[in-house]
Amino acid sequence: MSVELVTAAPPHHPKVYGEFMLEMPRDLYIPPDALEVILESFEGPLDLLLYLIRKANISVLDIPMAPLTLQYLGYVEAMRKRNLELAAEYLLMAAMLIEIKSRMLLPRPPRAENGEPEDPRAELVRRLLEYEQMKAAAAKLDALPQVERDYEWVTVWIADKVAERQPEVSLRDLQNAWLGLMQQARIMQHHKIKREELSVREHMSLILRRLQGGAFVSFDRLFESGAGIHSLPGLVVSFLAMLELVRERLVEITQSEALAPIYVKLSDANTVHS
Amino acid sequence: MPTLYTPDDYKRVLEAALLTASEPLPLAELKRLFDDSFDDDTLRTLLADLRGDWSQRGVELAQLASGWRFQTRPEIQPYLDRLKNEKAPKYSRAVMETLAIIAYRQPVTRGDIEEIRGVAVSPNILKTLEARDWIDAVGHRDAPGRPALYATTRKFLDDLGLRSLAELPPLTDVERIMETTDAATPQT
Repeated sequence: MSVELVTAAPPHHPKVYGEFMLEMPRDLYIPPDALEVILESFEGPLDLLLYLIRKANISVLDIPMAPLTLQYLGYVEAMRKRNLELAAEYLLMAAMLIEIKSRMLLPRPPRAENGEPEDPRAELVRRLLEYEQMKAAAAKLDALPQVERDYEWVTVWIADKVAERQPEVSLRDLQNAWLGLMQQARIMQHHKIKREELSVREHMSLILRRLQGGAFVSFDRLFESGAGIHSLPGLVVSFLAMLELVRERLVEITQSEALAPIYVKLSDANTVHS
Repeated sequence: MPTLYTPDDYKRVLEAALLTASEPLPLAELKRLFDDSFDDDTLRTLLADLRGDWSQRGVELAQLASGWRFQTRPEIQPYLDRLKNEKAPKYSRAVMETLAIIAYRQPVTRGDIEEIRGVAVSPNILKTLEARDWIDAVGHRDAPGRPALYATTRKFLDDLGLRSLAELPPLTDVERIMETTDAATPQT
């Protein structure tokens, strides 16, 4: 397995590390401009290592250290060449990979207890697995519906939220206020003097009509109800009409003695004989 | 104040209270609506009923860590977003990975996060999460430098629609991780 990086690509003859490439890369062709984007997208050396392992389709539990280290260094070199801000962690990881690789070449000292030699890759594998687990967890967390991104809180706006609390007015308050106004208006109406359209002259005619026939009619009877008089003002107007009739000598009023009944009759000249 | 007789009467009161609240309302708060005349179970039944009433609407009643609250349905939101000028920002992978480590391994120090991620945690990442009120320092580890211990907040649960940490998506088994071979393509 070799590092497959296209640094310059003349048509048909791509050059890799100064050598012409006769075959296209087997797994992944990275256009030069895109390389930077890909390199920047790694979240760290563990992320890059996981990518390389997955890309080569190898088991995390049995990492071939030599090719992996070679590939890893290739990427780190590419990052360095492109002046990407290379975090110290990448170099630290490079050192760790080389150390593991070299330790694997040496005979492993058996462990004190069971004699099973410890794999130099164990710690790296543990870290890779833990990181991958958290990476997956992060993706799952990100997939959860998130407020403000995937949904929003629902709040019906109420006046309560303005700083100063205003008095609350309900429809009922409004109704009560209106009813109050109406009631007050009704009370006011009692004080209003309703002008009754009473005509003295109309009552004069009424009295004359009652006196038709020329007979004497009791003064009291002319003022009884049923004589077209329905109210106190009517009574007054009737009386005024009577006085006016006397003044105009249309009727005659007689009384035989004090406190005796008063009689009214048409004046002689006015008697109509039907 | 009209007398409440039927469950529908009570649900109407609950609905109005929940719709006009600006925060999730916990059960204790909702009980006060009825002079504490209900026990928790009755109230929960009413709330579950109310949630059912809204099941066909564009907003839903959700039960969160801090209580009950109405929210828009996520499937409706894309339409509402058309009325907005800016799209809701997405958090970077670095932020999400840090958040995941704090959520699943809490309480953790910054060093613990760096150990798992294999890179230094930029102060901006923690600031972003603290500003959102999703994480806070809950103490200090008794170690050199007394590093702060971070944990997720109740608001984190609320904002992700969770009632407790137990409702976090389960971690993928290590065995499963080893099987997945296609999940490692870097996202650009």
